[in-house]
Amino acid sequence: MSSAYILEQIANGIILGSMYALIAIGFSMIYGIVRLINFAHGDIVTIGAFAMLASVVALNAPFALSVVIVLIVGAGVGMLIERIAFRPMRGAPQVTGFIASLAVAIVIENLGIMTLTAQPRNFIVPAWLSTFIPLGPLQVRAIDLTIVVMAIILMAALALFVRFTKIGMAMRATAENYNVARLMGINIDRMIMLAFANGSALAAAAGLMWGSKYSQISPLMGLIPGLKAFVAAVIGGVGSISGAMLGGYVLGLAEVLFVGLLPPEYSGYRNVFVFATLIVILLVMPNGLLGRSTEERA
Amino acid sequence: MEQRSSWLAALTAALFGAVLVYAATATLDPYVLSIVAFVGINIILAVSLNITNGFTGLFSLGHPAFMTVGAYVTAILTLLPARKTRLLPDLPAAISHMQWPFLPALIAGGLVATLVAVIVGFPVLRLRGHYLAVATLGLIFIIQGLATNLDGYTRGALGLNGLPELTNLWWVYGWVLVTLYVCWTLKHSSLGRTMLAIRENELAAACLGVKITRTRIVSFALGAFFAGVAGGLWAHLVTLVTPTSFTFLLAFQLVVMVVLGGSGSITGAALAAAVLTIATEALHPVEEAVGLYGLSQMLLAVAVLMVLIFRPKGLFGMAEPDLLGWIGKLHGRQPTRSGSKCHREV
Repeated sequence: MSSAYILEQIANGIILGSMYALIAIGFSMIYGIVRLINFAHGDIVTIGAFAMLASVVALNAPFALSVVIVLIVGAGVGMLIERIAFRPMRGAPQVTGFIASLAVAIVIENLGIMTLTAQPRNFIVPAWLSTFIPLGPLQVRAIDLTIVVMAIILMAALALFVRFTKIGMAMRATAENYNVARLMGINIDRMIMLAFANGSALAAAAGLMWGSKYSQISPLMGLIPGLKAFVAAVIGGVGSISGAMLGGYVLGLAEVLFVGLLPPEYSGYRNVFVFATLIVILLVMPNGLLGRSTEERA
Repeated sequence: MEQRSSWLAALTAALFGAVLVYAATATLDPYVLSIVAFVGINIILAVSLNITNGFTGLFSLGHPAFMTVGAYVTAILTLLPARKTRLLPDLPAAISHMQWPFLPALIAGGLVATLVAVIVGFPVLRLRGHYLAVATLGLIFIIQGLATNLDGYTRGALGLNGLPELTNLWWVYGWVLVTLYVCWTLKHSSLGRTMLAIRENELAAACLGVKITRTRIVSFALGAFFAGVAGGLWAHLVTLVTPTSFTFLLAFQLVVMVVLGGSGSITGAALAAAVLTIATEALHPVEEAVGLYGLSQMLLAVAVLMVLIFRPKGLFGMAEPDLLGWIGKLHGRQPTRSGSKCHREV
């Protein structure tokens, strides 16, 4: 096993981790504020990918503009879902929220199957994204580099927004203590909507990356990445945004190294490995790497 | 006295059901019979999921995983030894040389599913309930991955086909009765009350000395047992089991049955299972006619959202509609009110 091969695997892990991190942030942000595990989050990934395809094919928009369109579509769908499905149930038991989010996921997936058929279709990306760029000992595809850089830009923008703006501070206050934040005059509805908008925009961005990297998309493509991103959020500590970023990279690297370093007959166990990791993490470290104790925050 | 008359009513209902099953097997054609059997299997699944999700207030999506486990175990045990040694070379000789009758094979399937539930439940159920939802969803993919990759034991993605067609309506009816009996007894037992206490207020229950984690594991494992049995019944009805026989979509449908029926109501879960299974079967031709595959799933999901928004306690709430009392009335007796009063307050 050469060192170039190992480097290549690490690079792949970082690319996969970037996408997991972007999806996991949304999970954590929404969970942090409304204590909802949003199973429909993975379907935002699908919507992002299809929005990208539509904008490239139908509008013939340049890559950068398409990315902006995808972010807007993602945010819009996130807010719409919150408004229609989750807001009427606020204050209901947690289980109600799970079921509602599952129902939303099924609605989105089946709408996709009904309108677009379940057949995977080819994802069209500009030719320059497929060129190879030499990077030290490695040959990296332009799309891979774009994914990593774009993920870092998006995450940095989110971190700055949450850390330094007044609205970001209000969001953190809402996550810290919902009721006290409301007493301080923070518009809770707006904060929840904002969490959905931000989280879904990032998930949609992950969707366009997923499509560009694996060059095939289908209405059910978001299911597994969405669930794996949840595992990433648990690894980082559910509710913590920085934890979700860290967890995403940790999981991406672990998954790729598991497949890359073990003999090929184990590669079929990829999903088994990821979800078994979840159960092990819950056993030994239920608060994740950066999370706080969940028991007292109930 | 009242206790006895309610027993009599239950017995009457069971006998009436048996007469119906007899009439059905004698008159209906195989296709309709298989739908009736599916209704029964879904009743077993929904009522048993109700132990975990309804009584204890956990949120498990793991039933498809336990069904897969139960289906494979039962199938391996009932398969002809000659086929087993050829198809599944990695099986230990002791297992590949034996062929069990259906009943012990089903029970073995249920027990192995229970074992898996305990192994998974132990780390997950110590935590607050919401982790269980994700862990059990993960479990579906773990079991699917194992069934696909352990070729020597499961024949991989091809699955096991040509299983003996052992499941008939009598088997299904028998297990439906067992499931209903166990759930009914449980709901009115001290253990069942403990589960309800955990659902209503975990902290208060813990203060009263309820062992939270242990009770949760028991309720999770009990649900898994019946899921395993149902998986075995299912496999021997369609004579096939593959790693993707039971998916995440099924988990959603089962949860929907429990929710529509009213979490905690055995009658509600059973009725919802029957109605939804028949409705899905009835919508299939419509889907094919208009060419919109996925329509029935979507309508189901939208209906669930509506119920959650406008009738959050489910169609029946927690109560058991007094069906047995109605049967008593038909016989000209006083309706039995013994059991229903106390749990209507819950």
